[in-house]
Amino acid sequence: METTDFALEVEGLEKGFDGNAVLKGVDIRVPRGSIFTVLGPSGTGKSVLLKCIGNILAPDSGRIVFEGRPLRDPVAREDFRKRCSFLFQGNALFDSLTALENVALPLEQTTSLDKLEIFKRSLKALHQLEMKDFADRYPGRLSGGMQKRLALARAIVTQPEIVLFDEPTAGLDPLRRNAVFSMIAKYQRRFRFTALVVTHDVPEALAVSDRVALLNQGRIAFEGTPAAFAASNESVVALFRDSVDALRQSLAAIRSEQPATS
Amino acid sequence: MVRQLGQTTLGIVRDTGDFTLFCGRAFLSLSKTRRLPRRILRAVYEQGAVCLPVIAIVGVFTGLVLGLQGYHVLSRFGSEGLLGTLVSLSLVREMAPVLAALMLVGQAGSAFAAELGIQRNTEQIAALETMGVNSLGYLVAPRLIAALLVFPAQAALFVVLGLWGGSLSGSVLLGVDSGVYWSAVERAVEFRDLRECFLKAASFGLLTTSICAYMGFHADRNTSSAGARAVSASTTRAVVFSSITVLVADYVISSFFI
Repeated sequence: METTDFALEVEGLEKGFDGNAVLKGVDIRVPRGSIFTVLGPSGTGKSVLLKCIGNILAPDSGRIVFEGRPLRDPVAREDFRKRCSFLFQGNALFDSLTALENVALPLEQTTSLDKLEIFKRSLKALHQLEMKDFADRYPGRLSGGMQKRLALARAIVTQPEIVLFDEPTAGLDPLRRNAVFSMIAKYQRRFRFTALVVTHDVPEALAVSDRVALLNQGRIAFEGTPAAFAASNESVVALFRDSVDALRQSLAAIRSEQPATS
Repeated sequence: MVRQLGQTTLGIVRDTGDFTLFCGRAFLSLSKTRRLPRRILRAVYEQGAVCLPVIAIVGVFTGLVLGLQGYHVLSRFGSEGLLGTLVSLSLVREMAPVLAALMLVGQAGSAFAAELGIQRNTEQIAALETMGVNSLGYLVAPRLIAALLVFPAQAALFVVLGLWGGSLSGSVLLGVDSGVYWSAVERAVEFRDLRECFLKAASFGLLTTSICAYMGFHADRNTSSAGARAVSASTTRAVVFSSITVLVADYVISSFFI
């Protein structure tokens, strides 16, 4: 692929806290218009990687390139900020604002659109995410899945070209996990944005992603298609990929054990 | 021990510099904030209207106590006629700006610090930054402007209710002639006293709101605690530092006026 086919490129990214290296030279390239998922066990620095890309954390070294321009350049960084949205693990919705006000916030504060236009666009975003009937509700009075949809409505209202998803299924049950990944796939296809997702949910991620990467001990241990990930014989990949199955099997074994007779 | 002293001194210098930069950035961000009047009005309501009952109660009772104590001291010298002077100058120069500020710190300041701390913890501040919204301009700057309006207004209300309280205990309960009381008030309070009162109130408002904002905004910097405890610790620090700052600033400003 040409360099211009990539919306985002990360090269040799390093980040540590109090002398502990979390990211030890991460390299990924995210094709434009794709769903790219970074997998990895909890605590391997997936969220740190996403926050470095989203400019919430400053990397210690390495390069992040958006559309061929490194984000060290303030102009490129500002351009990236305008064209990128971030979906936080805990949704980060403003609990003192209604659903409609939450969605309208980025338009109110970063554009010069008039009130009516902001209202129309915000309502349209809520409608697209099937949340129109809940426009006057406060986030605290919405279910977990609805809050996730509201956060996505706020993320897409500015018509971003790239959306960063930080553990979008954290703390959700299997049914809701499926629903959230379906939502990401559905709306990514509808709005054609580039999605960069970090998660540890292997089956769901493999089902919806165009490309996946495995982050292990601060480095990318694998990058490729979901099919290649599923077929890979590399020990690190196999260990992580099969860990879910192994857990299921061991749980099944425990359940099938007969109680000891006295 | 020398090393510890040095580290503490460096820490204070660093924090003071950081706080100054924080305040400067908050004011500079005013130009980048959209729909500022609406945010300021909301802040005025949250700081001002919500605290009205507390200010009213404390104002009336401060006046009642001043009238009561003042009468018993002045009557020893046969100077009950100066009760209005004592009550009005005590209120205008010192008690109204200081006590109103302390009440506002206790109610609105602590709530503001806690709100910002929770917003930091739940990544709402980070969300603003990723949206391209200046978080200081959106969350802090309107509060600073509101403080410049609310603190002097609350101090003025405190003075009015305190004078009424002083009249209630001095004239109605203890028998000082009402005309003598109010004419003493009129004669005693000069323009420079009112200027001192409002200058103090505005300064306390700016200082305490900045301190509460700084503590709440950086609730995650507290390395000894995290989550809800970090919010509670930053709120406590905000109230303690703000209260001490009010008293120190009161002495400094008073020394310029006397």
